[in-house]
Amino acid sequence: MSSTSKGFLPAIPALVLLGVFFLYPVIRMLGFSIETGNLDWYAKALGEGLYLQVFWNTFQIAVFVTFFCLLLGYPLGFLIATTTPFWATMGFIFVLLPLWTSVLVRTYAWMVLLGRNGVFNRMLIDAGIVADPLPLLHNLTGVLIGMVHVLLPYMVLPVYGAVKRLDPSIVAAAQGLGASSWRIFWRIYLPLTLNGIFAGSVIVFVLSLGFYITPALLGGGRVMMIAVLIEQQVRETLNWQFAAALSAVLLGFTLAVYALAQRAMRPEAAR
Amino acid sequence: MKGRHGLIAACAIIYFFLMLPLLVVFPISLSSAPYMQFPPPGFSWQWYERYLDDPQWIDATWRSLYVGVATAVLALALGVPLAFSLVRGKFFGRGILDRIAMAPVIVPTIIVSVAVYGLFAKLKLIGMWYGLVVAHTVLALPFVVLVMVAGLRDFDRGLEQAAEGLGASRLRTLMRVTLPLLRPSLVSAGLLAFITSFDEVVVALFLSGANMTLPKKMFDNILMEIDPTIAAVSVMQIVLVTIVLVLIGRFGRGLSATAR
Repeated sequence: MSSTSKGFLPAIPALVLLGVFFLYPVIRMLGFSIETGNLDWYAKALGEGLYLQVFWNTFQIAVFVTFFCLLLGYPLGFLIATTTPFWATMGFIFVLLPLWTSVLVRTYAWMVLLGRNGVFNRMLIDAGIVADPLPLLHNLTGVLIGMVHVLLPYMVLPVYGAVKRLDPSIVAAAQGLGASSWRIFWRIYLPLTLNGIFAGSVIVFVLSLGFYITPALLGGGRVMMIAVLIEQQVRETLNWQFAAALSAVLLGFTLAVYALAQRAMRPEAAR
Repeated sequence: MKGRHGLIAACAIIYFFLMLPLLVVFPISLSSAPYMQFPPPGFSWQWYERYLDDPQWIDATWRSLYVGVATAVLALALGVPLAFSLVRGKFFGRGILDRIAMAPVIVPTIIVSVAVYGLFAKLKLIGMWYGLVVAHTVLALPFVVLVMVAGLRDFDRGLEQAAEGLGASRLRTLMRVTLPLLRPSLVSAGLLAFITSFDEVVVALFLSGANMTLPKKMFDNILMEIDPTIAAVSVMQIVLVTIVLVLIGRFGRGLSATAR
Protein backbone atom coordinates (compact mmCIF):
# COMPACT_ATOMS: atom_id res chain seq x y z
CA MET A 1 0.00 0.00 0.00
CA SER A 2 1.36 3.39 -0.92
CA SER A 3 1.81 5.97 1.80
CA THR A 4 -0.84 8.29 0.32
CA SER A 5 -3.62 5.71 0.79
CA LYS A 6 -2.75 4.22 4.17
CA GLY A 7 -5.89 3.13 5.99
CA PHE A 8 -8.32 4.13 3.23
CA LEU A 9 -9.54 0.58 2.51
CA PRO A 10 -11.91 0.22 5.53
CA ALA A 11 -13.74 3.41 4.50
CA ILE A 12 -14.73 2.06 1.08
CA PRO A 13 -17.94 0.12 2.00
CA ALA A 14 -19.40 3.11 3.86
CA LEU A 15 -18.33 5.43 1.08
CA VAL A 16 -20.10 3.24 -1.50
CA LEU A 17 -23.30 3.28 0.57
CA LEU A 18 -23.19 7.07 0.97
CA GLY A 19 -22.37 7.52 -2.71
CA VAL A 20 -25.16 5.29 -4.04
CA PHE A 21 -27.94 6.02 -1.55
CA PHE A 22 -27.19 9.58 -0.48
CA LEU A 23 -24.98 11.65 -2.81
CA TYR A 24 -26.28 10.19 -6.08
CA PRO A 25 -30.03 10.48 -5.30
CA VAL A 26 -29.65 14.02 -3.91
CA ILE A 27 -27.65 15.24 -6.92
CA ARG A 28 -29.98 13.41 -9.31
CA MET A 29 -33.02 15.05 -7.71
CA LEU A 30 -31.50 18.53 -7.64
CA GLY A 31 -30.77 18.06 -11.35
CA PHE A 32 -34.51 17.95 -12.11
CA SER A 33 -34.67 21.67 -11.39
CA ILE A 34 -32.62 22.52 -14.49
CA GLU A 35 -34.04 19.79 -16.75
CA THR A 36 -35.79 22.43 -18.81
CA GLY A 37 -32.42 23.97 -19.64
CA ASN A 38 -33.19 27.26 -17.92
CA LEU A 39 -33.70 28.65 -14.45
CA ASP A 40 -37.47 29.11 -14.71
CA TRP A 41 -38.21 26.94 -11.66
CA TYR A 42 -35.80 28.99 -9.56
CA ALA A 43 -37.41 32.18 -10.84
CA LYS A 44 -40.75 30.76 -9.68
CA ALA A 45 -39.39 29.75 -6.27
CA LEU A 46 -37.70 33.06 -5.59
CA GLY A 47 -39.82 35.40 -7.71
CA GLU A 48 -43.45 34.64 -6.90
CA GLY A 49 -44.77 36.32 -3.78
CA LEU A 50 -46.56 33.23 -2.54
CA TYR A 51 -43.40 31.11 -2.41
CA LEU A 52 -41.17 33.93 -1.27
CA GLN A 53 -43.57 34.28 1.65
CA VAL A 54 -42.98 30.61 2.58
CA PHE A 55 -39.20 31.17 2.61
CA TRP A 56 -39.68 34.29 4.72
CA ASN A 57 -42.00 32.41 7.14
CA THR A 58 -39.47 29.61 7.48
CA PHE A 59 -36.68 32.08 8.17
CA GLN A 60 -38.74 33.97 10.77
CA ILE A 61 -39.81 30.78 12.54
CA ALA A 62 -36.19 29.58 12.63
CA VAL A 63 -35.12 32.91 14.18
CA PHE A 64 -37.88 32.76 16.82
CA VAL A 65 -37.15 29.12 17.67
CA THR A 66 -33.43 29.88 18.02
CA PHE A 67 -34.17 32.83 20.29
CA PHE A 68 -36.47 30.86 22.60
CA CYS A 69 -34.12 27.86 22.68
CA LEU A 70 -31.30 30.17 23.75
CA LEU A 71 -33.49 31.81 26.38
CA LEU A 72 -34.45 28.44 27.89
CA GLY A 73 -31.36 26.43 27.02
CA TYR A 74 -28.71 28.72 28.49
CA PRO A 75 -29.92 28.50 32.12
CA LEU A 76 -30.24 24.71 31.83
CA GLY A 77 -26.81 24.16 30.34
CA PHE A 78 -25.34 26.60 32.85
CA LEU A 79 -26.97 24.87 35.84
CA ILE A 80 -25.93 21.37 34.71
CA ALA A 81 -22.33 22.53 34.20
CA THR A 82 -22.04 24.21 37.60
CA THR A 83 -23.85 21.76 39.88
CA THR A 84 -22.62 18.65 41.73
CA PRO A 85 -21.93 15.46 39.69
CA PHE A 86 -25.07 13.75 40.97
CA TRP A 87 -27.38 16.60 39.98
CA ALA A 88 -25.51 17.02 36.69
CA THR A 89 -26.31 13.37 35.81
CA MET A 90 -29.96 13.89 36.78
CA GLY A 91 -30.02 17.10 34.80
CA PHE A 92 -28.63 15.32 31.75
CA ILE A 93 -31.10 12.46 31.97
CA PHE A 94 -34.08 14.81 31.90
CA VAL A 95 -32.66 16.65 28.89
CA LEU A 96 -31.81 13.43 27.01
CA LEU A 97 -35.07 11.63 27.77
CA PRO A 98 -37.16 14.13 25.77
CA LEU A 99 -34.42 14.30 23.11
CA TRP A 100 -34.67 10.55 22.56
CA THR A 101 -38.45 10.31 22.76
CA SER A 102 -40.04 10.11 19.34
CA VAL A 103 -40.94 13.49 17.85
CA LEU A 104 -44.36 12.00 17.12
CA VAL A 105 -45.02 11.14 20.76
CA ARG A 106 -44.15 14.69 21.75
CA THR A 107 -46.17 16.24 18.94
CA TYR A 108 -49.19 14.14 19.90
CA ALA A 109 -48.77 15.18 23.53
CA TRP A 110 -48.72 18.86 22.56
CA MET A 111 -51.93 18.36 20.60
CA VAL A 112 -53.49 16.90 23.73
CA LEU A 113 -52.19 19.79 25.84
CA LEU A 114 -52.88 22.70 23.48
CA GLY A 115 -56.06 21.67 21.63
CA ARG A 116 -59.43 23.47 21.88
CA ASN A 117 -60.59 20.89 24.40
CA GLY A 118 -57.04 20.27 25.55
CA VAL A 119 -55.59 20.22 29.02
CA PHE A 120 -54.54 23.89 29.12
CA ASN A 121 -57.82 25.28 27.81
CA ARG A 122 -59.83 23.04 30.17
CA MET A 123 -57.85 24.31 33.13
CA LEU A 124 -58.08 27.96 32.07
CA ILE A 125 -61.83 27.74 31.50
CA ASP A 126 -62.50 25.79 34.70
CA ALA A 127 -60.47 28.34 36.65
CA GLY A 128 -62.54 31.12 35.07
CA ILE A 129 -59.50 32.85 33.58
CA VAL A 130 -60.85 32.76 30.02
CA ALA A 131 -64.38 32.28 28.71
CA ASP A 132 -63.54 30.76 25.32
CA PRO A 133 -60.71 28.36 24.48
CA LEU A 134 -57.50 30.09 23.43
CA PRO A 135 -56.25 29.25 19.93
CA LEU A 136 -53.01 27.46 20.83
CA LEU A 137 -52.99 24.77 18.16
CA HIS A 138 -53.00 24.86 14.35
CA ASN A 139 -51.25 28.21 14.34
CA LEU A 140 -47.82 29.76 14.81
CA THR A 141 -47.97 29.47 18.63
CA GLY A 142 -48.41 25.71 18.48
CA VAL A 143 -45.64 25.26 15.92
CA LEU A 144 -43.22 27.39 17.96
CA ILE A 145 -43.95 25.54 21.21
CA GLY A 146 -43.52 22.17 19.51
CA MET A 147 -40.31 23.13 17.71
CA VAL A 148 -38.69 24.74 20.76
CA HIS A 149 -39.46 21.59 22.72
CA VAL A 150 -37.83 19.37 20.09
CA LEU A 151 -34.75 21.55 19.56
CA LEU A 152 -34.04 22.74 23.12
CA PRO A 153 -31.63 19.87 23.96
CA TYR A 154 -29.47 20.82 20.96
CA MET A 155 -28.88 24.20 22.64
CA VAL A 156 -28.36 22.84 26.16
CA LEU A 157 -25.49 20.51 25.22
CA PRO A 158 -23.13 23.08 23.56
CA VAL A 159 -23.82 25.63 26.32
CA TYR A 160 -23.02 22.97 28.91
CA GLY A 161 -19.74 22.23 27.12
CA ALA A 162 -18.75 25.89 26.96
CA VAL A 163 -19.47 26.58 30.65
CA LYS A 164 -17.67 23.38 31.63
CA ARG A 165 -14.52 24.40 29.70
CA LEU A 166 -14.35 27.75 31.47
CA ASP A 167 -11.49 28.01 33.96
CA PRO A 168 -13.13 28.13 37.43
CA SER A 169 -10.22 30.13 38.86
CA ILE A 170 -11.33 33.16 36.81
CA VAL A 171 -14.73 33.04 38.54
CA ALA A 172 -13.07 32.48 41.92
CA ALA A 173 -10.83 35.51 41.33
CA ALA A 174 -13.80 37.72 40.47
CA GLN A 175 -15.66 36.52 43.57
CA GLY A 176 -12.57 37.17 45.68
CA LEU A 177 -12.47 40.72 44.33
CA GLY A 178 -16.08 41.22 45.41
CA ALA A 179 -17.97 41.02 42.11
CA SER A 180 -21.71 40.32 42.40
CA SER A 181 -23.29 37.22 40.84
CA TRP A 182 -24.84 39.28 38.05
CA ARG A 183 -21.58 41.03 37.32
CA ILE A 184 -19.76 37.72 37.16
CA PHE A 185 -22.37 36.43 34.75
CA TRP A 186 -22.28 39.48 32.44
CA ARG A 187 -18.55 40.08 32.53
CA ILE A 188 -17.15 36.53 32.70
CA TYR A 189 -19.59 33.71 31.93
CA LEU A 190 -21.44 35.34 29.04
CA PRO A 191 -18.42 36.60 27.04
CA LEU A 192 -16.43 33.41 27.66
CA THR A 193 -19.25 31.08 26.63
CA LEU A 194 -20.15 32.91 23.40
CA ASN A 195 -18.64 30.00 21.47
CA GLY A 196 -21.18 27.57 22.94
CA ILE A 197 -24.04 30.02 22.44
CA PHE A 198 -23.00 30.47 18.83
CA ALA A 199 -22.58 26.74 18.15
CA GLY A 200 -25.95 25.90 19.72
CA SER A 201 -27.71 28.71 17.86
CA VAL A 202 -26.33 27.59 14.50
CA ILE A 203 -27.43 23.97 15.08
CA VAL A 204 -30.92 24.97 16.21
CA PHE A 205 -31.34 27.52 13.42
CA VAL A 206 -30.24 25.13 10.67
CA LEU A 207 -32.37 22.25 11.99
CA SER A 208 -35.37 24.61 12.18
CA LEU A 209 -35.04 25.53 8.51
CA GLY A 210 -35.65 21.96 7.35
CA PHE A 211 -38.31 21.02 9.91
CA TYR A 212 -41.21 18.97 8.64
CA ILE A 213 -43.12 16.92 11.25
CA THR A 214 -43.97 19.64 13.77
CA PRO A 215 -45.25 22.27 11.30
CA ALA A 216 -47.12 19.57 9.37
CA LEU A 217 -48.99 18.33 12.46
CA LEU A 218 -49.17 21.30 14.86
CA GLY A 219 -49.55 23.89 12.09
CA GLY A 220 -52.71 22.20 10.85
CA GLY A 221 -52.07 23.36 7.27
CA ARG A 222 -52.04 27.01 8.32
CA VAL A 223 -48.32 27.41 8.99
CA MET A 224 -46.43 26.83 5.76
CA MET A 225 -42.74 26.03 6.01
CA ILE A 226 -40.43 25.17 3.16
CA ALA A 227 -40.17 21.45 4.02
CA VAL A 228 -43.96 21.13 4.04
CA LEU A 229 -44.10 22.88 0.65
CA ILE A 230 -41.49 20.48 -0.80
CA GLU A 231 -43.46 17.48 0.46
CA GLN A 232 -46.67 18.82 -1.11
CA GLN A 233 -44.97 19.46 -4.44
CA VAL A 234 -43.70 15.87 -4.57
CA ARG A 235 -46.69 13.97 -3.22
CA GLU A 236 -49.72 16.05 -4.17
CA THR A 237 -48.74 18.15 -7.17
CA LEU A 238 -46.12 15.66 -8.46
CA ASN A 239 -44.07 18.67 -9.57
CA TRP A 240 -40.58 17.24 -9.15
CA GLN A 241 -38.86 20.06 -10.96
CA PHE A 242 -40.27 22.73 -8.68
CA ALA A 243 -39.66 20.56 -5.58
CA ALA A 244 -36.05 20.19 -6.75
CA ALA A 245 -35.62 23.95 -7.15
CA LEU A 246 -37.08 24.55 -3.66
CA SER A 247 -34.78 21.86 -2.24
CA ALA A 248 -31.76 23.40 -3.94
CA VAL A 249 -32.54 26.81 -2.43
CA LEU A 250 -33.08 25.28 1.04
CA LEU A 251 -29.89 23.22 0.79
CA GLY A 252 -27.87 26.15 -0.54
CA PHE A 253 -29.02 28.39 2.31
CA THR A 254 -28.34 25.67 4.91
CA LEU A 255 -24.82 25.06 3.62
CA ALA A 256 -24.14 28.80 3.44
CA VAL A 257 -25.12 29.22 7.10
CA TYR A 258 -22.79 26.35 8.04
CA ALA A 259 -19.92 27.72 6.01
CA LEU A 260 -20.30 31.21 7.50
CA ALA A 261 -20.54 29.74 11.00
CA GLN A 262 -17.35 27.76 10.50
CA ARG A 263 -15.50 30.83 9.29
CA ALA A 264 -16.75 32.80 12.27
CA MET A 265 -15.73 30.04 14.67
CA ARG A 266 -12.21 29.57 13.35
CA PRO A 267 -10.51 32.70 14.74
CA GLU A 268 -12.08 31.92 18.11
CA ALA A 269 -10.62 28.42 18.10
CA ALA A 270 -7.19 29.67 17.02
CA ARG A 271 -6.84 32.00 19.97
CA MET B 1 -25.19 32.90 46.32
CA LYS B 2 -28.46 34.78 45.85
CA GLY B 3 -28.71 34.37 42.09
CA ARG B 4 -28.47 30.62 42.41
CA HIS B 5 -31.99 30.20 43.83
CA GLY B 6 -33.45 32.19 40.96
CA LEU B 7 -31.55 30.03 38.47
CA ILE B 8 -32.77 26.81 40.06
CA ALA B 9 -36.37 28.06 40.08
CA ALA B 10 -36.12 29.05 36.40
CA CYS B 11 -34.63 25.67 35.51
CA ALA B 12 -37.37 23.83 37.40
CA ILE B 13 -39.93 25.56 35.17
CA ILE B 14 -37.92 24.73 32.02
CA TYR B 15 -37.65 21.09 33.09
CA PHE B 16 -41.40 21.07 33.66
CA PHE B 17 -41.83 22.29 30.07
CA LEU B 18 -39.46 19.57 28.82
CA MET B 19 -41.09 16.72 30.73
CA LEU B 20 -44.77 17.75 30.54
CA PRO B 21 -45.49 16.15 27.12
CA LEU B 22 -43.85 12.92 28.25
CA LEU B 23 -45.87 12.82 31.45
CA VAL B 24 -49.26 13.78 30.05
CA VAL B 25 -49.56 10.68 27.86
CA PHE B 26 -49.47 8.33 30.89
CA PRO B 27 -52.86 9.27 32.42
CA ILE B 28 -54.48 9.55 28.98
CA SER B 29 -53.32 6.07 27.99
CA LEU B 30 -55.15 4.67 31.05
CA SER B 31 -58.37 6.62 30.48
CA SER B 32 -61.78 4.95 30.46
CA ALA B 33 -63.29 7.71 28.29
CA PRO B 34 -64.09 6.75 24.69
CA TYR B 35 -62.28 9.83 23.41
CA MET B 36 -59.57 12.21 24.59
CA GLN B 37 -60.61 13.67 27.91
CA PHE B 38 -58.54 15.24 30.65
CA PRO B 39 -58.46 14.54 33.52
CA PRO B 40 -59.55 10.96 32.71
CA PRO B 41 -62.93 10.06 34.27
CA GLY B 42 -61.76 6.57 35.23
CA PHE B 43 -59.15 3.86 34.84
CA SER B 44 -59.03 1.26 32.10
CA TRP B 45 -56.58 -0.80 30.04
CA GLN B 46 -58.76 -0.48 26.93
CA TRP B 47 -56.26 1.47 24.82
CA TYR B 48 -53.48 -1.02 25.48
CA GLU B 49 -55.90 -3.85 24.62
CA ARG B 50 -56.90 -2.10 21.45
CA TYR B 51 -53.24 -1.72 20.49
CA LEU B 52 -52.47 -5.39 21.18
CA ASP B 53 -55.61 -6.59 19.36
CA ASP B 54 -54.98 -4.55 16.22
CA PRO B 55 -52.82 -6.51 13.77
CA GLN B 56 -51.90 -3.27 11.99
CA TRP B 57 -50.28 -1.81 15.12
CA ILE B 58 -48.51 -5.07 15.97
CA ASP B 59 -47.34 -5.48 12.40
CA ALA B 60 -45.96 -1.92 12.36
CA THR B 61 -44.21 -2.48 15.69
CA TRP B 62 -42.46 -5.64 14.48
CA ARG B 63 -41.42 -3.96 11.26
CA SER B 64 -39.93 -1.03 13.18
CA LEU B 65 -38.08 -3.40 15.49
CA TYR B 66 -36.42 -5.45 12.78
CA VAL B 67 -35.72 -2.47 10.56
CA GLY B 68 -34.10 -0.83 13.61
CA VAL B 69 -31.98 -3.88 14.44
CA ALA B 70 -30.92 -4.33 10.80
CA THR B 71 -30.05 -0.62 10.60
CA ALA B 72 -27.93 -0.86 13.75
CA VAL B 73 -26.07 -3.91 12.39
CA LEU B 74 -25.44 -2.36 8.97
CA ALA B 75 -24.50 1.04 10.40
CA LEU B 76 -21.97 -0.61 12.75
CA ALA B 77 -20.58 -2.84 9.98
CA LEU B 78 -19.94 0.19 7.78
CA GLY B 79 -19.43 2.94 10.36
CA VAL B 80 -16.85 1.25 12.58
CA PRO B 81 -14.33 0.63 9.75
CA LEU B 82 -15.02 4.16 8.49
CA ALA B 83 -14.19 5.57 11.93
CA PHE B 84 -10.92 3.57 11.94
CA SER B 85 -10.04 5.12 8.58
CA LEU B 86 -10.85 8.61 9.80
CA VAL B 87 -8.81 8.34 13.00
CA ARG B 88 -5.88 6.15 11.98
CA GLY B 89 -5.65 6.51 8.22
CA LYS B 90 -3.22 8.85 6.53
CA PHE B 91 -4.47 9.41 3.04
CA PHE B 92 -5.28 12.19 0.66
CA GLY B 93 -8.83 13.53 1.07
CA ARG B 94 -9.43 12.42 4.64
CA GLY B 95 -10.97 15.80 5.47
CA ILE B 96 -13.38 15.44 2.55
CA LEU B 97 -14.30 11.92 3.68
CA ASP B 98 -15.07 13.29 7.14
CA ARG B 99 -17.42 15.88 5.62
CA ILE B 100 -19.18 13.30 3.46
CA ALA B 101 -19.68 11.03 6.51
CA MET B 102 -21.29 13.90 8.45
CA ALA B 103 -23.32 15.26 5.51
CA PRO B 104 -26.52 13.26 6.21
CA VAL B 105 -27.10 15.25 9.43
CA ILE B 106 -26.46 18.58 7.71
CA VAL B 107 -28.61 18.06 4.62
CA PRO B 108 -32.27 18.52 5.69
CA THR B 109 -34.00 15.14 6.09
CA ILE B 110 -36.86 16.22 3.83
CA ILE B 111 -34.36 16.58 0.96
CA VAL B 112 -32.78 13.17 1.62
CA SER B 113 -36.25 11.61 1.86
CA VAL B 114 -37.55 13.11 -1.37
CA ALA B 115 -34.32 12.29 -3.22
CA VAL B 116 -34.23 8.64 -2.08
CA TYR B 117 -37.98 8.35 -2.73
CA GLY B 118 -37.39 9.44 -6.33
CA LEU B 119 -34.66 6.86 -6.80
CA PHE B 120 -36.50 4.03 -5.01
CA ALA B 121 -39.72 4.67 -6.94
CA LYS B 122 -37.75 4.05 -10.13
CA LEU B 123 -36.10 0.92 -8.69
CA LYS B 124 -39.46 -0.36 -7.32
CA LEU B 125 -38.09 -0.39 -3.77
CA ILE B 126 -40.98 1.48 -2.12
CA GLY B 127 -42.50 -0.62 0.66
CA MET B 128 -39.47 -2.95 0.85
CA TRP B 129 -38.10 -3.23 4.35
CA TYR B 130 -34.48 -3.46 3.16
CA GLY B 131 -34.87 -0.22 1.20
CA LEU B 132 -35.83 1.45 4.45
CA VAL B 133 -32.86 -0.16 6.22
CA VAL B 134 -30.45 1.26 3.64
CA ALA B 135 -31.96 4.76 3.90
CA HIS B 136 -31.97 4.64 7.72
CA THR B 137 -28.36 3.50 7.69
CA VAL B 138 -27.42 6.66 5.77
CA LEU B 139 -29.04 8.72 8.54
CA ALA B 140 -27.55 6.66 11.40
CA LEU B 141 -24.01 6.51 10.01
CA PRO B 142 -22.93 9.99 11.23
CA PHE B 143 -23.90 9.11 14.82
CA VAL B 144 -22.00 5.82 14.71
CA VAL B 145 -18.95 7.62 13.27
CA LEU B 146 -19.13 10.38 15.93
CA VAL B 147 -19.26 7.94 18.84
CA MET B 148 -16.60 5.61 17.40
CA VAL B 149 -14.21 8.41 16.48
CA ALA B 150 -14.46 9.74 20.05
CA GLY B 151 -13.81 6.22 21.38
CA LEU B 152 -10.82 5.66 19.09
CA ARG B 153 -9.25 9.02 19.92
CA ASP B 154 -9.08 8.02 23.61
CA PHE B 155 -7.77 4.56 22.76
CA ASP B 156 -4.37 3.57 24.15
CA ARG B 157 -2.51 2.11 21.16
CA GLY B 158 0.21 0.77 23.44
CA LEU B 159 -2.10 -2.16 24.22
CA GLU B 160 -2.26 -3.14 20.56
CA GLN B 161 1.49 -2.79 20.19
CA ALA B 162 1.95 -5.04 23.22
CA ALA B 163 -0.30 -7.71 21.69
CA GLU B 164 1.51 -7.55 18.37
CA GLY B 165 4.86 -7.53 20.14
CA LEU B 166 3.85 -10.78 21.84
CA GLY B 167 3.24 -12.32 18.42
CA ALA B 168 -0.50 -11.85 17.88
CA SER B 169 -1.58 -11.41 14.27
CA ARG B 170 -3.27 -8.14 13.28
CA LEU B 171 -6.66 -9.85 13.03
CA ARG B 172 -6.22 -11.50 16.42
CA THR B 173 -5.21 -8.17 17.95
CA LEU B 174 -8.30 -6.54 16.46
CA MET B 175 -10.66 -9.27 17.69
CA ARG B 176 -9.13 -9.90 21.10
CA VAL B 177 -7.79 -6.48 22.13
CA THR B 178 -9.10 -3.54 20.10
CA LEU B 179 -12.79 -4.37 19.71
CA PRO B 180 -13.33 -5.67 23.29
CA LEU B 181 -11.78 -2.46 24.63
CA LEU B 182 -14.07 -0.41 22.39
CA ARG B 183 -17.17 -2.28 23.58
CA PRO B 184 -18.71 0.69 25.45
CA SER B 185 -18.48 2.83 22.32
CA LEU B 186 -19.86 0.00 20.18
CA VAL B 187 -22.84 -0.41 22.53
CA SER B 188 -23.61 3.32 22.47
CA ALA B 189 -23.20 3.56 18.70
CA GLY B 190 -25.40 0.52 18.06
CA LEU B 191 -28.20 1.67 20.36
CA LEU B 192 -28.03 5.18 18.92
CA ALA B 193 -28.35 3.76 15.39
CA PHE B 194 -31.29 1.59 16.49
CA ILE B 195 -33.15 4.55 18.02
CA THR B 196 -32.41 6.73 14.99
CA SER B 197 -34.22 4.18 12.83
CA PHE B 198 -36.92 3.25 15.35
CA ASP B 199 -38.03 6.89 15.81
CA GLU B 200 -37.55 8.00 12.21
CA VAL B 201 -40.67 9.40 10.52
CA VAL B 202 -39.89 11.50 7.46
CA VAL B 203 -38.00 8.89 5.42
CA ALA B 204 -40.51 6.21 6.49
CA LEU B 205 -43.36 8.48 5.36
CA PHE B 206 -42.00 8.35 1.81
CA LEU B 207 -40.46 4.89 1.60
CA SER B 208 -42.59 2.52 3.64
CA GLY B 209 -45.64 2.56 1.34
CA ALA B 210 -48.34 0.17 2.57
CA ASN B 211 -45.86 -1.64 4.83
CA MET B 212 -45.93 0.91 7.62
CA THR B 213 -43.39 1.33 10.37
CA LEU B 214 -44.59 2.32 13.83
CA PRO B 215 -43.84 6.06 13.42
CA LYS B 216 -45.57 6.11 10.01
CA LYS B 217 -48.64 4.41 11.49
CA MET B 218 -48.59 6.93 14.38
CA PHE B 219 -48.29 9.85 11.96
CA ASP B 220 -51.31 8.67 9.96
CA ASN B 221 -53.30 8.13 13.17
CA ILE B 222 -52.49 11.59 14.51
CA LEU B 223 -53.53 13.15 11.20
CA MET B 224 -56.82 11.29 11.05
CA GLU B 225 -58.18 11.06 14.58
CA ILE B 226 -56.97 11.75 18.06
CA ASP B 227 -57.62 8.36 19.59
CA PRO B 228 -56.04 7.48 22.94
CA THR B 229 -54.59 4.26 21.42
CA ILE B 230 -51.74 6.48 20.36
CA ALA B 231 -51.22 7.51 24.00
CA ALA B 232 -50.75 3.83 24.88
CA VAL B 233 -48.27 3.44 22.02
CA SER B 234 -46.48 6.60 23.19
CA VAL B 235 -46.13 5.28 26.74
CA MET B 236 -44.56 2.09 25.42
CA GLN B 237 -42.17 4.08 23.26
CA ILE B 238 -41.13 6.27 26.21
CA VAL B 239 -40.53 3.15 28.31
CA LEU B 240 -38.45 1.58 25.53
CA VAL B 241 -36.33 4.73 25.14
CA THR B 242 -35.79 4.89 28.90
CA ILE B 243 -34.58 1.28 28.85
CA VAL B 244 -32.18 2.06 26.00
CA LEU B 245 -30.85 5.12 27.87
CA VAL B 246 -30.32 3.02 31.01
CA LEU B 247 -28.50 0.40 28.92
CA ILE B 248 -26.21 3.06 27.47
CA GLY B 249 -25.58 4.47 30.93
CA ARG B 250 -24.79 1.00 32.24
CA PHE B 251 -22.85 -0.61 29.38
CA GLY B 252 -22.10 2.23 26.98
CA ARG B 253 -19.76 5.18 26.95
CA GLY B 254 -21.20 7.80 29.36
CA LEU B 255 -24.37 9.70 28.56
CA SER B 256 -22.61 12.96 27.90
CA ALA B 257 -20.17 11.33 25.48
CA THR B 258 -23.13 9.99 23.53
CA ALA B 259 -24.85 13.34 23.52
CA ARG B 260 -21.91 15.05 21.93
